[in-house]
Amino acid sequence: MKPEEIERMRDEALAAFAAAGDLDALQAAKVAHTGGTSPLALANREIGALPPQAKAEAGKRIGQARGAVSKALAARQTELEAERDARVLVEEAVDVTLPYDRVPAGARHPLTTMMERVADVFVSMGYEIAEGPEVEAEWFNFDALNFVPDHPARQTQDTFFVQGTREDGKPTVDDESGIVLRTHTSPVQARALLSRELPVYIVCPGRVYRTDELDATHTPVFHQIELLAIDEGLTMSDLKGTLDHMVQALFGADMKTRLRPNYFPFTEPSAEMDMLCYVCRGESVGNEERPCRTCSSEGWIELGGCGMVNPRVLTACGVDPEKYSGFAFGFGIERMLMFRHNVEDMRDMVEGDVRFTRPFGMEI
Amino acid sequence: MRVPLSWLREYVDLPADATGRDVQEKLIGVGLEVETVEQLGKGLTGPLVVGKVLTIEELTEFKKPIRFCTVDVGQANGTGEPQEIICGARNFAEGDKVVVALPGAVLPGDFRIAERKTYGKVSRGMICSSDELDMGEDGTKGIIVLPPEHEVGTDATKLLELYDEVLDIAVTPDRGYCLSMRGVAREAATAYGLPLRDPALLDVPAPNSFGHPVQISDPRGCDRFTARTVVGLQPEARSPIWLQRRLQKAGMRPISLAVDVTNYVMLELGQPLHAYDRSLIEGPIGVRRAEAGEKFTTLDGVERVLDAEDLVITDNRGPIGLAGVMGGANTEIADPEVDPETGLAQGTTEVVIEAAHFDQLSIARTARRHKLSSEASKRFERGVDPKAASAAAQRTVDLLVLLAGGTAEGGVTEVIAPFAPHTISIPADHPDKVAGVEYGRETVVRRLQEVGCDVYGQDELVVTVPSWRPDLTDPNDLAEEVIRLEGYENLPSTLPKPPAGLGLTDRQRLHRRVGRVLAGAGYVEALNYPFIGSQVFDQLQLEQDDPARRVVKLVNPLSDEEPALRTTLLPGLLQALRRNDGRGSHDLALFETGLVFHPAVSSSGRGTAVRLPVDRRPTDEELAGLNSVLPVQPRHAAVVLAGAREQAGWWGKGRPADWADAVEAARAVGREAGVELLIDQGQYGPWHPGRCAELSVVIDGVKTLAGHAGELHPRVVKALGLPARTCAMELNLDLVEQAVDGTLQAPRISTFPVATQDVALIVDKEVPAAAVEHFLRGGAGELLEDIRLFDVYTGDQVGEGKKSLAFALRFRAADRTLTVEEASAARDAAVAKAAEITGAVLRGA
Repeated sequence: MKPEEIERMRDEALAAFAAAGDLDALQAAKVAHTGGTSPLALANREIGALPPQAKAEAGKRIGQARGAVSKALAARQTELEAERDARVLVEEAVDVTLPYDRVPAGARHPLTTMMERVADVFVSMGYEIAEGPEVEAEWFNFDALNFVPDHPARQTQDTFFVQGTREDGKPTVDDESGIVLRTHTSPVQARALLSRELPVYIVCPGRVYRTDELDATHTPVFHQIELLAIDEGLTMSDLKGTLDHMVQALFGADMKTRLRPNYFPFTEPSAEMDMLCYVCRGESVGNEERPCRTCSSEGWIELGGCGMVNPRVLTACGVDPEKYSGFAFGFGIERMLMFRHNVEDMRDMVEGDVRFTRPFGMEI
Repeated sequence: MRVPLSWLREYVDLPADATGRDVQEKLIGVGLEVETVEQLGKGLTGPLVVGKVLTIEELTEFKKPIRFCTVDVGQANGTGEPQEIICGARNFAEGDKVVVALPGAVLPGDFRIAERKTYGKVSRGMICSSDELDMGEDGTKGIIVLPPEHEVGTDATKLLELYDEVLDIAVTPDRGYCLSMRGVAREAATAYGLPLRDPALLDVPAPNSFGHPVQISDPRGCDRFTARTVVGLQPEARSPIWLQRRLQKAGMRPISLAVDVTNYVMLELGQPLHAYDRSLIEGPIGVRRAEAGEKFTTLDGVERVLDAEDLVITDNRGPIGLAGVMGGANTEIADPEVDPETGLAQGTTEVVIEAAHFDQLSIARTARRHKLSSEASKRFERGVDPKAASAAAQRTVDLLVLLAGGTAEGGVTEVIAPFAPHTISIPADHPDKVAGVEYGRETVVRRLQEVGCDVYGQDELVVTVPSWRPDLTDPNDLAEEVIRLEGYENLPSTLPKPPAGLGLTDRQRLHRRVGRVLAGAGYVEALNYPFIGSQVFDQLQLEQDDPARRVVKLVNPLSDEEPALRTTLLPGLLQALRRNDGRGSHDLALFETGLVFHPAVSSSGRGTAVRLPVDRRPTDEELAGLNSVLPVQPRHAAVVLAGAREQAGWWGKGRPADWADAVEAARAVGREAGVELLIDQGQYGPWHPGRCAELSVVIDGVKTLAGHAGELHPRVVKALGLPARTCAMELNLDLVEQAVDGTLQAPRISTFPVATQDVALIVDKEVPAAAVEHFLRGGAGELLEDIRLFDVYTGDQVGEGKKSLAFALRFRAADRTLTVEEASAARDAAVAKAAEITGAVLRGA
């Protein structure tokens, strides 16, 4: 077996691999030059018949040749695979800008998520969420909250009354039933005080009703969130601090609130609470160059009412006003949504138009 | 309450340079809601002078009558010559004093006065009306005719006090005293730390027995009545300009001198007054409750049928006034009438002045009952200082004497029910404890005194509240006075430390999760009004005895079309669906979670809620009684769908929303709750009879119907005007919540290989797939890991009335690799069980 023969076989194999233009051709060349009937394989088989010395030499030569062939095959294989990959992946390219709205996203209503967001600020502080019925006894909605029997809010002009049944079986008229659609979330305060252990730290988000016709700024069905804290030694400064914390959590670290004296039956002292306008931070006041439409250049945004829980409310709910005191506040979620997200028309929050709600997504 | 700054300065020496804005800020600081500061005379510059009309030439050749006047304006025009002015108004005569705007003047609204040619003449100025000077209501709408005593050439901007600022204050119901200059002045004095000149501090003659007789038969309704008489009034006397202007700035219309004076004193002192024409009163004045059905015509000309609770002022004939609300037409002060022949004025010459104090509640009820809110009733409702009555009567008498040339009669009637001042005891540090601020006793006492309280005591203060503050009844009322005067803005900001809370309840978490899972599945939340009308139940095809037809009704619904509260979420959701569809969104998936309302099932048969006491905790029985009459208010979840559930696009065809989506929405809710929802074929009004799933849950071992899902009935779709094939699901979430059974137990995960076996079973068409699956599962035993229905076939190959259900069964053991024989045995057992119970036949067998 001549060395030149073996070199020729090797070179023919290398040439065949190099000449293979694709993986199929390479496969054919592979079978021809490395398969069981390839010249090198046949030569290898002949080694056994050689005399010992020639055997060793031929074995070495053939081994080297086969090594070179298999290396070249692997290299060419890698080369051709890379070529194929490059071609195929280019062919498989797509337009990734194509839209995919096969099942359009759903969304929760921003009023729902806004209520949750506010409630969660307080839940993280240790408050719990309390709930109550929307159709409520007048006693919870008004009496227990120190509304005098003739308070104007108790009229059918402002409050929805539910039709009850008189002793004689006839339906009640006017306010006779003593059952109303709750006009605020405050009755939940009374329910919480009557049913929970002291101290009580709760927030009550929910739906409330007043007899306003729907227009751009009013809706007969709206949402409030109410806070109540009753403990020993709570003060109006605690109320102020709690409000400050809330607006900071919702609107940013440098936010603050302002209290202005006001009157509510269920709190004494009572206050109207404003928050610094989170858009202009008060800088639009008196600055005609930079008017602010969020706060009408007032610098402050009216949030709602608050105060120290009237001791009469505590008495009606069986809490000793000598020992316990506390504070409460409440505000409208619609209003907050309006100024926080620049909603201009109340009806957009009421009508359930998917174009309004969808962008708000899952959380707010 | 509208407060002219110039008037306020009469009682407090405010800094001379203090603007309305400054005062506003100070008053807001002490808790008065000053909403706006109106700038009177804004955009007005003179020359504006008093003129005397010398001649009037009527120009008749134009479409409307026009007057060419010459007016003496003195030296104000620089020449002393009469000023020639064209005027279209007619309510003045030669010799009248008028207000003339000379060329160069600018009137409000950037109305520039200049010489101009008009109606063939040159007009050099304008004769002004009150409207043109922005003076407020004077009832004439015509040229201002001034009293004759004013000199020509006088600066009319000063004479008419045209430049001023008016603070508009929204007075809260507890601060009735601030419906007076006196009350606001007191707050301003405190805010600035200045002394107050109290206009109610007047010398008042002692009562005697010669005054106009007054008999009070209801001293609770009327605890004070002062009557004074002024005679010899000149009917032609008019209110002086200063008085008219103050009324106008305060938002009232000048009417006649006697009426203007009573209104003026009311604005000043807060005491409503009434002047009766004495010649029209017959006999003593009385105060009593009206007789039910009694008729009476008030000043506004409206005949009113009185209620037995109404307080009335009477004379011998009957009512002459609705006490504290409005006087009667029968004793009204006459407007002066000038006799054209003699030139003499005729009118009221004798008046009886009433300054009385009425029960707050009684007046509030009467005003409400008769829908008659007057300046007087507004004040009585909020509380009037009873001690101001005699001073107010005196002030009225003084002004009538001064301005109408009258004479005060010596008779002074005062009927006063016994009256004890209200005192409150508080620890001196009570305000400190409420505020969380150490004010100290001295500050507390000083602030209470500024409010008008008498304060005695050291550590325990005995506080006598002033007569004008009936709202101060409790210790916290006094605390509020101290805190507000010390400034709410000065309260520190401290955070209380609540005990560690438990976070959201399972129920609250579930409600949030339901919202998230439905939104995640592509549903958009809609929060619909709960108001419905009963016609919707017909549209939804509910049976007449369907419990959902029993509704909670409202006494005063916004719309008579929708007088009841929803018992199902569907009407509201479907309306929202229709609205969206109408607005061009056709592929819709909406959801809502919210309360529905069912009438209380009361064992007592009682249908009203009692008003429990408020001076103690109600007993548990009382509370239970109250709750028992309230409607049952479960929370529901519902979805509605129409159009495409999957859109068509470059990826291929779309897929219309169908009954299966609706059922799947229910399943998704069940999965979130960790509750297995049982689905059965059902039939219920709103749904397509062949495409309606009954949704049930198991509560304490009892299968309980919790809702329905599927495609709506075509007739419902038509009746409600919905898109074809609209689908819906509604589920009682409270029942789902009750079905939650303990904490989820984690599955054991086997890592041995899976053995899969597919079977196709032929059953009658009516056999529910869920039943076949259920029995396959039961027959397969514990080796079955999962089962999935992957195909349903009907057609020739399985025969008429049959269907083929193809299931993939996955078997796996916890402890070994299953052999083919084991898996096949389990499969055969499953098929055998299904065959036995549902009549299923293995396809191809």
